[in-house]
Amino acid sequence: MGNLEAMKPFPDSEEMEISFGPQHPATHGVLRVMVKLDGERIVDAKPVIGYLHRGTEKIFERETYNGAIPHTDRMDYTAAATNNQGLVGAVEKMMGITVPPRAAYIRMILAELQRIASHTIWLGTHALDIGAQSPFFYTFEEREKILDLYEEYCGARLTLNAMRVGGQPYDLPEGWSGRCRTFIDQFPARIAEWERLLTTNRIWKLRTVGVGVISAENAVEWGLTGPPLRGSGVKWDIRKVFPYDHYDDIDFEIPIGGNGDTYDRYLVRMEEMRQSVRIVQQCLARLPEGPVMAKVPKVIKPPKGELYFSVEGPKGELGYYVVSEGGANPYRLHVRPACFINLQALPEMVRGQLVADLIAVIGTLDIVLGEIDR
Amino acid sequence: MSDQQNVPPQAPSAPQAPAAPKAPWEEKPVTPVPQDARDHALVREIVAVLPDVVLEAVEFAGQITATVPCARIGEVCRTCKERLGYSFLVDLTAVDWQERPQGRFDVVYWVHRFSDSKRLRLKVNVAEGVEVPSVTGVWKVANWMEREVFDMFGIYFSDHPNLERILTWEGFNGHPLRKDFPIEGIDTGAAVYPEVYPPGGGPVAGGEGE
Repeated sequence: MGNLEAMKPFPDSEEMEISFGPQHPATHGVLRVMVKLDGERIVDAKPVIGYLHRGTEKIFERETYNGAIPHTDRMDYTAAATNNQGLVGAVEKMMGITVPPRAAYIRMILAELQRIASHTIWLGTHALDIGAQSPFFYTFEEREKILDLYEEYCGARLTLNAMRVGGQPYDLPEGWSGRCRTFIDQFPARIAEWERLLTTNRIWKLRTVGVGVISAENAVEWGLTGPPLRGSGVKWDIRKVFPYDHYDDIDFEIPIGGNGDTYDRYLVRMEEMRQSVRIVQQCLARLPEGPVMAKVPKVIKPPKGELYFSVEGPKGELGYYVVSEGGANPYRLHVRPACFINLQALPEMVRGQLVADLIAVIGTLDIVLGEIDR
Repeated sequence: MSDQQNVPPQAPSAPQAPAAPKAPWEEKPVTPVPQDARDHALVREIVAVLPDVVLEAVEFAGQITATVPCARIGEVCRTCKERLGYSFLVDLTAVDWQERPQGRFDVVYWVHRFSDSKRLRLKVNVAEGVEVPSVTGVWKVANWMEREVFDMFGIYFSDHPNLERILTWEGFNGHPLRKDFPIEGIDTGAAVYPEVYPPGGGPVAGGEGE
């Protein structure tokens, strides 16, 4: 923390501590931030979490591996597909299972649609917090179309439970890929529409440029991953560094920012949606025929050992640390939650800024309390 | 069930044609086997700098785990970061092994190096009641991770700036991820309507009354 006296707008004023949340719509759930204020300037902020703690890691220990998948849906409930993908990938790697290519491509399509869906929620609510109301309605309209595709595939819209150890539980329904293609082909025009509303909007830029700045060095030190890390200019994406499924066959770019502020993170996520569109298009074009389930034993029993496997979730690196004793239940199944670790940098990013900027920074970190508290 | 009587007799199995090799997803999976990794390049890098810290090194499914003494973990982490380039702490967690002779807990550090995208798992065995040196001075991100381990396992970290509970509430008594913590919860005395929801079911009612 820099020189506090120099930061004070009124040298003889008193500091005030207020509790922001946990029931505040701009905290995106049940986040509580204890903020120390001097006037309207933030001297310090301390996130208080745990209001949504459900003991997910304890529950994992009594579940079978496939039985743990529905619980992962409920962690980051805006990105169930990538949560599933991480867990099944970890168990498959541990057991040496090769997934049939069709199943891997279906997984990638579901995961990239999920990334788009998650980013549309982020854009709508983030813009709403900052004061731009209309993007909210446009983005949720598009998200609805993705949820309809999910509903047709697996019957669920939010908590998908759409992957199993060894492959996919169902093949794509008749005509699904055509409908997915219709959606994905019209989607870039929607992104362009949203960008016309925001990217050069003067109020949007005043509220985001230079707000919540974190340098690349600090971002690494604070363990940021996902768009907050890339917004600071670190070109790092699990899909490229440790490719899983068939991401190494797909041609896509990793967008990065330069200034590490809220505006750059906004641009990174917008570009990520375009890249997801490219990935889905390539997956649909290459979708091979064949089975969607590998030959796996009825009871999933990974060998004794420990393994960490991570996927690039919409929020950042989502990792699963599996410790097996050779039984049907995990001995320990730990989740490396991206949001939990990204949120930790919040005080660093808001010190010295205004209360209104706190709301912008919470929005730009794109947190989901279900994953933070687990 | 009458269906069972109508099952046709098993057709004699057709002679096996020397078919094309099966696709990998139709074969029985080959499970990875843990191997000694003392000669692995990543382990040798550490040994070259700190000769006597690696107690055990195992490779499983391409991932290296190096066990180091608990008291020296701060030094090992600092060396890993400053001299070997592991600038990123990916994950920090613990595992409870209850009755194990060499210490009840494992504290596990998972570090990453950007230059060649290599990852290494460091592990310490910790007996109950022993303090682990905190690595918050090495990576700032370790702060909340260590708080979570403290909250969930009751492992203390020395020199941690703010070792408080993080996911459970301040008055909570117990460490939920220990193996001897009951999965149905404990009576915390915090039931809101004890006459409606009798105690014994943890903070949320639903258990048996006493």
